[in-house]
Amino acid sequence: MAELMTYAGAAAAGLAKAMQADPSVVTLGEDIGRGGIFGQYRGLLERFGERRVIDAPISEATIVGAAVGMALTGLKPVVEMRVIDFALCAMDEIINQAAKNRFMFGGQGRVPAVIRMPNGIWSSSAAQHSQSLEAWFAHVPGLVVLCPATPQDNHAMLRAALDCGDPVAYFEHKELWALEGEVDEEAQVPLGKARRVREGSDLTLVSWSKAVHWSAEAADTLAAEGVSVDLIDLRTIWPWDRDAVLESAARTGRVLIAHEAIQTAGFGAEIAATLAEHSGARVARCGGARIPVGYSPGLEAQARLTPQAIAARARELLRRA
Amino acid sequence: MSDAASIAAFTDTADSMEIIASGQVQPGRAPGGREPDAQQLLALYRTMCRIRAFEDAAELASRGGVAAFGQAVGTTAQVRGPLHLSTGQEAVPAGVCAHLTPSDWLTSTHRGHGHTLAKGARLDGMMHELFGKATGFCGGKGGSMHIADFSVGMLGANGVVAAGIPIAVGAAHSMAIQGRDAIAVTFFGDGALNRGPLAEAMNWAAAFKLPVLFVCEDNQWSATTKTAAMSAGDGAAARARGYGVPALEVDGMDVVAVWRVAAELIQEIREGHGPRLLHAKTYRFKGHVSVDPASYRDPAELELAMRGDPLVRARKPLLAAGVSEAAIDEVMREARDEVAAAVASADAAPWPEPGAAYEDIQDTGSGRWQN
Repeated sequence: MAELMTYAGAAAAGLAKAMQADPSVVTLGEDIGRGGIFGQYRGLLERFGERRVIDAPISEATIVGAAVGMALTGLKPVVEMRVIDFALCAMDEIINQAAKNRFMFGGQGRVPAVIRMPNGIWSSSAAQHSQSLEAWFAHVPGLVVLCPATPQDNHAMLRAALDCGDPVAYFEHKELWALEGEVDEEAQVPLGKARRVREGSDLTLVSWSKAVHWSAEAADTLAAEGVSVDLIDLRTIWPWDRDAVLESAARTGRVLIAHEAIQTAGFGAEIAATLAEHSGARVARCGGARIPVGYSPGLEAQARLTPQAIAARARELLRRA
Repeated sequence: MSDAASIAAFTDTADSMEIIASGQVQPGRAPGGREPDAQQLLALYRTMCRIRAFEDAAELASRGGVAAFGQAVGTTAQVRGPLHLSTGQEAVPAGVCAHLTPSDWLTSTHRGHGHTLAKGARLDGMMHELFGKATGFCGGKGGSMHIADFSVGMLGANGVVAAGIPIAVGAAHSMAIQGRDAIAVTFFGDGALNRGPLAEAMNWAAAFKLPVLFVCEDNQWSATTKTAAMSAGDGAAARARGYGVPALEVDGMDVVAVWRVAAELIQEIREGHGPRLLHAKTYRFKGHVSVDPASYRDPAELELAMRGDPLVRARKPLLAAGVSEAAIDEVMREARDEVAAAVASADAAPWPEPGAAYEDIQDTGSGRWQN
C-alpha cells in the first residue's frame, strides 16, 4: 500500500485524491499551473483543468477573499499563499473574513477553505521569506492550525483539513519539500491528535514541523547519554493535543518544547503555561531568538534552531531540581 | 468646481433624467427601450420607502448607543454600536437590486441595510438583528455591520471597507466554475476606491471575465473626510476602464435612471460579457454613524442634496404613470407601519443565550475547548 513520496509529492497526491473524490474541491494561487514553486501542485492542472486549478494574479488579498466567496457558494477551495510571509498581504481576508464568517453571520454560512502558507526559514531567503508565524493564527477563533512534519502527515492532514469544514491555516515547512517517506494514501490522521515519534520516560519533548526532525536528532544524542526521550509531534497547533502532552508530562515530570518560531509569545508559551496550570512538570522552551532572519549564512544561523541547542536545553532541564 | 456646484451637477439634471454617460451608451435613454411600468415604479418606490423608514427607526433607537463624536454611551439605547445609515442613498440599492433574483449574490458595506432590504431580506429579521436579539438574522452576533440574509443571496455587510468586493468576485468565479447562471453584485463606497482589494478584485474579475457588477455608491464622504480631496484621477468609472471594465455613471438620486442603467449593465453581464461597473452619485443625508452630527460638512451642501431627495423625485414618474398622490402616500404609510411593527417585535424578542457566544465558531477546536 505504502509508496515512497516526497513531502511536496505527498501533498500533490493528497490534493489530487481529494479533487478526484469531490468535484467541489478547487485550488487557486500564484504559479500553481506550473506545479507551484515548490512542486506541491505538480500534475494537477493537466489532470483537472484550468477551471479547478486556477492560476491567480499576484493578489494575495483577493486570492483569499475570492476563496471565501467560493466557499460560501458551494466550493471547497485550497488556497496557496506561496510563503507565509506573503499571507500577511491577506490578513484581513484570513482573520476578519474567513475565520469570523460563520460566527458573525450566526451560522448562515461556512468557509471550508484550506489556506496553505509555507512556513519557516528557507535557506538564504532573508527576513521576508523566512518567518514561522503559526502562533499568530492559533490566537484567532474560527481557524484550525496545522503543521505537518512528514510526507504521510502532509498527505493525510491536507485531506482531513478539506473534510473538516472549517477554515484551516495549513503550514507546510519550506525546507521539508524534498523529504522522502512512506505514504499510505488510505491512512487517516485525526485533527487534534499528536503523533508519538518515540517513547521515553525521562523527558517529554514536544515539537512540530521541521523542528520535529531536529528534536529526533537531539533525542538520538540524548539516548546515547542514557536519557530516554518521549518525543511528541504535535502536528495540530489548534486544537492542540493537550491530553497527550499532559499524559506524557505526568510520566516524565519534565517537558521541553522546541519550535523554530521566535520563542517570545510563540505557541510553546501556551503549552508551557498550560503545563504550569495543570501539571507539576518542570518546563523549558527552546525557540528562535527574537531577531529578523538575516541573509548571510552566519547571521541566518543565529535564527535557526539546531539539534545541539535542543539537546543542551534538555540537559539543563534534566539538571534542574 | 465647488462642493455645492458638484452636487448641483447631478441634482440639476433630475428633470431630464439625462445623466453623464461616460461610456458608449446614454443611460438616461432607456437602453433596449426598457422603461419601468407603473407596477415596477411602485415596487421601486416601495423598496425606497422601506429603506427610509427602516433607517429612520434605527436612528431613533440608536440614540446614546455608541461612544463616538463626543457622545457618551448610554444604557437605554435599543440599537447599540456604530450604526451607519444609508438615508438619502435609497435609489441605488432599489434600482440595482430590482434586476436580481434570490439566486444572485450580493456583498455589501458597513452601510448595508438598504442593500439587504432591496435584495429581499425580511425587514423584521433585520431589525431584530440590530436590536441584538436571538431572532435576528445572525442571532445577535453580527448587528448592523454584519447584517446578512444568505437565504436570499445576501452574503453580508462588512465592517472593513472594500472587504466584500473580493468575496463577491469569488462568488462570481464560483458560478463560472460550477456552470451556474447567477451573477454577483458588490456595493462599495467612494472611500473604497482607495483600497487595494478593489484594485485586485477588479483586475481579477476582468482577467477571468466574471459575471460581477461593481457598484460604487458614491456619497462623496469617506467617513468624515471629503473623498475628492484625497482621490486622484477621474473617479470610479475611469479607474474601471483602466482595467478594461466598461463603466457607466448615473445620477444615484434618480431611481428610474439607476434602474435603467443597471438593467443595461446586468443584461450585458448575464449575456457573458464579463464585469461591469456602475458609478452612482448619491449623497449621505446623515453623518458617518447615527450619532455623528456631521458638523464638518457645509450645511448648504446637505440642504442642496436634500432638495434632490430620491423619494421626492420618484413621485414624478409615478404620477406620470397614473399612480395617485394618495396611493403614493399609502406606500410610505405601509412602510412606516411595517417598521413600527418590526421595532415592537424586536423590542419584545428574546436575547441570545450567553452560551451562544461559544457556538458556530468552528467544529474542530470549538469555543469551549478550555480555560
